[in-house]
Amino acid sequence: MQAFILRNVLQRLLLVFIVSILAHSVIHLAPGEPSEVDPANPRMKPEDIAKIREAFHLDAPLYMQYAYWIRDLASGELKSFKDSQPVLGKIWRRFLNSLPLFICATLLVWTLAFPTGIQAAMHRGAVYDRTTTFAAYTLISVPGFFLSYIVILWVVDLFGVPVIGLKTFGMELAPPLFQTMDRIWHLVIPSLMSALGGMAILSRYVRSQMLEVVGQDYVRTARAKGATEDVVIYRHALRNALLPFVTMFGFLLPGLIGGSVIFEQIFAWPGLGRLGYEAILARDFPVILTLNFIAAVLTLAGTLLSDILYAVVDPRIRTGLQGDG
Amino acid sequence: MGEDEGEGGHDEGTVDNVSDLTKNPKPPVEELPPSETPWQESLRLFRKDRLAVAGAYVLLLLLLTAVFGKVLTEWVVVFDPEVVRLPEKFLPPLTVSSPDEISAHDRPFGGIYLLGTDELGRDVFARMLQGSFVSLSIGFIAVGISLAIGILLGGLSGFYGNVRLGVVTVDTLIMRFTDVMLCFPTFFLILTVVALLPPSIYNIMIVIGLTSWMGTARFVRAEFLALRKQDFVVAATSIGARDRRVIFAHMVPNAIAPVLVSATIGVATAILTESGLSFLGFGVQPPYATWGNILADGKGFIFDAPWLFFIPGMAILVVVLAFNLVGEGLREALNPKLRRR
Repeated sequence: MQAFILRNVLQRLLLVFIVSILAHSVIHLAPGEPSEVDPANPRMKPEDIAKIREAFHLDAPLYMQYAYWIRDLASGELKSFKDSQPVLGKIWRRFLNSLPLFICATLLVWTLAFPTGIQAAMHRGAVYDRTTTFAAYTLISVPGFFLSYIVILWVVDLFGVPVIGLKTFGMELAPPLFQTMDRIWHLVIPSLMSALGGMAILSRYVRSQMLEVVGQDYVRTARAKGATEDVVIYRHALRNALLPFVTMFGFLLPGLIGGSVIFEQIFAWPGLGRLGYEAILARDFPVILTLNFIAAVLTLAGTLLSDILYAVVDPRIRTGLQGDG
Repeated sequence: MGEDEGEGGHDEGTVDNVSDLTKNPKPPVEELPPSETPWQESLRLFRKDRLAVAGAYVLLLLLLTAVFGKVLTEWVVVFDPEVVRLPEKFLPPLTVSSPDEISAHDRPFGGIYLLGTDELGRDVFARMLQGSFVSLSIGFIAVGISLAIGILLGGLSGFYGNVRLGVVTVDTLIMRFTDVMLCFPTFFLILTVVALLPPSIYNIMIVIGLTSWMGTARFVRAEFLALRKQDFVVAATSIGARDRRVIFAHMVPNAIAPVLVSATIGVATAILTESGLSFLGFGVQPPYATWGNILADGKGFIFDAPWLFFIPGMAILVVVLAFNLVGEGLREALNPKLRRR
């Protein structure tokens, strides 16, 4: 087991290195430079541009820029092109904003997708199954911002609550209870909207996984020995159906950055995705680069975690297929 | 001679049984399965899925719309999406254009705005027609690129995986690269690259294609690894067929089913990605109309002119839904494991 973990960690470290090189070259090989963002700006004199290029090593060869980036990232000295704030601090503040949204959305996805998927599998072909199947496909197929706009209109009309932003402006003097309620209202709709797509996909996985398991011999055995239907489904079938979902934890973490760009933009939520979008608009290379890199590292950490979890819960992986990690 | 071994084996068995029965007048003990090729069987199974069949009809309609849209908006200009008629902006659908304000040359076909007009008085129906071709070609070209890369890398890895290049095998090299690509959050990566490149519709197609081949590569590799051990491939290799023949005549046709499924769903994803990019302002730039950028432009007029928002939105929803349903129908129909249930 320790050898298994060690091997996986070493592999991932190598991948982190390759990822960092790839991320760096993707950003820097593309045309368009930070000093070109605002060519019409009269305050940008040639000497200012030269100063920026000097300060951010833009004239150094690519591999030196890479080395500078890694050095600054490691020492926490990396500064944003835009406002010369430390990149890591900026990302950390935005991360704290994204976190509640991410946690709520994830909880919604996992708590709602499982019952829906299990029910659909238990009543395969019945009205419930067909309805949820169709609903799931509709949710996968709708452009996220289209649905969100409709829901925003509907919620604001019906309940008269504000849903845009982190909190209502000017609520600082309100009693704590009202402030908390305000925060929660602002959190509900964005997290629900960003959860819908994942919910649809996950419930489909749950359904097909349950169908797979229900056809197995041990489920028939459980039925044959006279176990009640609930015991058969929840103790025998579900426990085995859950195994592959352990691996899905690995793909949750990167959603923190990548999946949230559009939703944070719609709801004016000052989180990581929005930070990335603003950085892209401003050609703020250090921020874009670091965000991409952190997202990739999070994915690697997630897959590592899920590989280890998988080995813990499924003895077949530990003994047999170690090379497949 | 090799072609028969993969798919024809099932048929030969059936034919033998039938001839046995005609010799023996005894009634058959067990009813024989109907004689059909695997593709016929898949088609029959696909037809049983009513949602998927409905999706297939929608896609057929869309294809026709896209082709006619291209012809009627660019080659024989019946519907001109670029005519600006400022006196007639924000007209709701099915409004008749008034001949007093608009010169005969600028009037829409039939004198009626089927889907209304937008903030510049452009005919939304004409723009949607033009957009259907552009949106669809973004989907198809992006998926074409991703399939080409995915099949090439997956095939190389599955067939020549054991070849060593120095210290690492081809398989390790390709699959680690795939892992690295999978690490990046796809949408954010696409956004980054599209934003840094000069705005162009081709860049969007290429970038979406270059960032979505990993799934294809992975399961083409898995299929190839499984197929290499199959008898018909071993037989083809042992009678001295060249690699090229073994790969393209024997292995690719048998590995194509999952590729087809992921291609169908990939087109849907590409159309959604394009609309997401449009929403953020990095989509296809004017003068090209796509459903995505009509929708993204329409969001600003959701109160004044709701049709500018709902028509493209519903169109995208229906088309993407159709692609997804057809894809799922194909997955069920082509998957031998699910057939017997």
